[in-house]
Amino acid sequence: MIEKALSGNKFYWAWVCFLLAVIAVGVASYIRQFHYGLGITGMSRDVSWGFYIAQFTFFVGVAASAVMVVMPYYLHNFKRFGRITILGEFLAIPAVVMCMLFIFVDMGQPTRILNVILYYTPNSIMFWDMVALSGYLTINVLVGWTTLSSQQKSVPPPKWVKPLIYLSIPWAFSIHTVTAFLYAGLPARHFWLSAIMAARFLASAFAGGPALLVILCLIIKRITKFDPGEKAIKGLVTIVTYALIVNIFFIGLELFTALYSQVPGHMQTFQYLYFGLGGHGKLIPLMWFSTFLAISAVVLLLVPATRTNQITLLFACASVHISLWFDKGFGFVIGGFVPNPLEKVTEYWPTLNELLVTTGIWSIGLLILTALYRIAISVKVELEA
Amino acid sequence: MSTGRRQFLKAAGVTGLLGLVGSPLLKIFAPGELEASSEFREGAALTARRWSLVVDMKAFPTEESYTKCIEACNYTHNIPRMDNEKHEVKWIWPETYEHAFPDNYDVYLSENIESMTFLVLCNHCDNPPCVRVCPTKATFKREDGIVAMDYHRCIGCRFCMAACPYGARSFNWRDPRPFTKNVNPLYPTRTKGVVEKCNFCADRLYRGEQPACVEASGGALIFGDLKDKDSNVRNILRTKFAITRKPDRGTLPRVYYIIGGS
Ligand code: SF4
Ligand code: SF4
Ligand code: SF4
Repeated sequence: MIEKALSGNKFYWAWVCFLLAVIAVGVASYIRQFHYGLGITGMSRDVSWGFYIAQFTFFVGVAASAVMVVMPYYLHNFKRFGRITILGEFLAIPAVVMCMLFIFVDMGQPTRILNVILYYTPNSIMFWDMVALSGYLTINVLVGWTTLSSQQKSVPPPKWVKPLIYLSIPWAFSIHTVTAFLYAGLPARHFWLSAIMAARFLASAFAGGPALLVILCLIIKRITKFDPGEKAIKGLVTIVTYALIVNIFFIGLELFTALYSQVPGHMQTFQYLYFGLGGHGKLIPLMWFSTFLAISAVVLLLVPATRTNQITLLFACASVHISLWFDKGFGFVIGGFVPNPLEKVTEYWPTLNELLVTTGIWSIGLLILTALYRIAISVKVELEA
Repeated sequence: MSTGRRQFLKAAGVTGLLGLVGSPLLKIFAPGELEASSEFREGAALTARRWSLVVDMKAFPTEESYTKCIEACNYTHNIPRMDNEKHEVKWIWPETYEHAFPDNYDVYLSENIESMTFLVLCNHCDNPPCVRVCPTKATFKREDGIVAMDYHRCIGCRFCMAACPYGARSFNWRDPRPFTKNVNPLYPTRTKGVVEKCNFCADRLYRGEQPACVEASGGALIFGDLKDKDSNVRNILRTKFAITRKPDRGTLPRVYYIIGGS
């Protein structure tokens, strides 16, 4: 099947070349960082995790969201998703790869990465995150690839795939839960020290991931001969809508606890993010922009006219995705470090080099996604022809 | 650096062995007694069941008195002076009450407290979150309570920095060596990409010396065994009211502050 990724028209190749060029810039920037040290990023003694870890967190959500097409189809026999389960599974693969790369580029001593295995430490959540992510990657590669190749040969998938698919469902929940536990168990950071963190992560993942999938489906419908199906998209949109509302509700719960209790530690980060703290407020515009996008997306997704119109739907899904990207892929991680444990404020802003490394990783993700989707769609189109 | 760790392990081994022979030999003496303890072989390690530090604020009258402690640590451990504040490396540093004890702050506190300068450092917590989260055991708690680090094992993930409620940890955002002017050959310099923090002078204890800051403090810092009920630190804590930083986090800090009154 893999050869299918190697054939395409000139737009396909132009796109691939474009991605390769961005990746090359990313790699060069990473080499620079490797030699200079992480001081080349905007991170500091006070804000010791930045864009990389935030992006990692966000893409774990995208990876986990595959379960939102797998679960209805396999567990509830929701037939309309039959056409897009492979798209969900194949979206999870580059998402996990990006997560791993973001962790890797964030490490101060990347050449010692094997220490995590050599001196495995089960009391560290990072150990479990490694287990969860690599397991999830393996499951999705195996399931996606074998189901697709059996489809291509028009034979039922081998028996061992079914249990693996069922396993992938709790596993998807686990990857994002474990990722939330990285934060939610730290006595040092009030903003993260919240029992609802994992639930909130899952809600935002199940909004942001399927929203991305809707966008991808609409693009696929436009530029290929494969139609993911009106009904499948509709199903996804319903998931996005409810998950988004649940996510906003969860944020509301956080805000209530923080603001009504008036416990300073709980309030300060919210203050910093939305209003500024001690004259510092670099993230304020981002956070309000994210809020604005989330609210307008809810409106667009609830009103039948805008939900069914493809342009407004595209707009709504993009808003969901971007809103959550700012919220989780930026504000959540940076906010946890402000104020610092001594209640001083150091601000963070990514540097150019950091952004180039990041876009390099996104492009690696997009390249894998492009190749996998190319394969999946070619197989599907052949079968339908 | 790895020799540092080997030394710790050896020291732990020696402790164990001597423990069999007879623990009275290993009683940790109060600073006064320590000077008299020249019968200590050269290189005989100072050991304890639970090291801890008491900061007596009354004995820190001037800026000079605490600066000396900081400088002693900076020299002993080759702390680089980074030119960018964001990349700062510090093991022990001065803070006001408001920042050292943010949860206990109030605007109407005594002026005396407002003007005090508190030395803050790693608390060598009894229940250290930094150890709990470290994925490689590069940060580990020794038998004697010292929360130590292996710079050679650290992968620079900085999970420990996110986990420490005291901001006690520094990361080498870039190569620190050009920023260490006066190198102490007895302690390793670090490389970029690893975390570091106060090690309660485990290196000096191994050589039978008191921590550098304690030695430089002229009695304001008192170092001793918390598990020995007759030790110097226990005697002070028994009679004077002391506080720890952020006790509500459940970390059980082992650096105590005696603020005032007697
Ligand atoms: S003060 Fe911070 S670095 Fe030191 S032991 Fe406690 S948690 Fe760890
Ligand atoms: S930065 Fe080093 S010491 Fe800290 S958690 Fe990671 S491996 Fe452990
Ligand atoms: S105990 Fe040693 S390492 Fe810690 S602050 Fe004092 S001099 Fe520095």
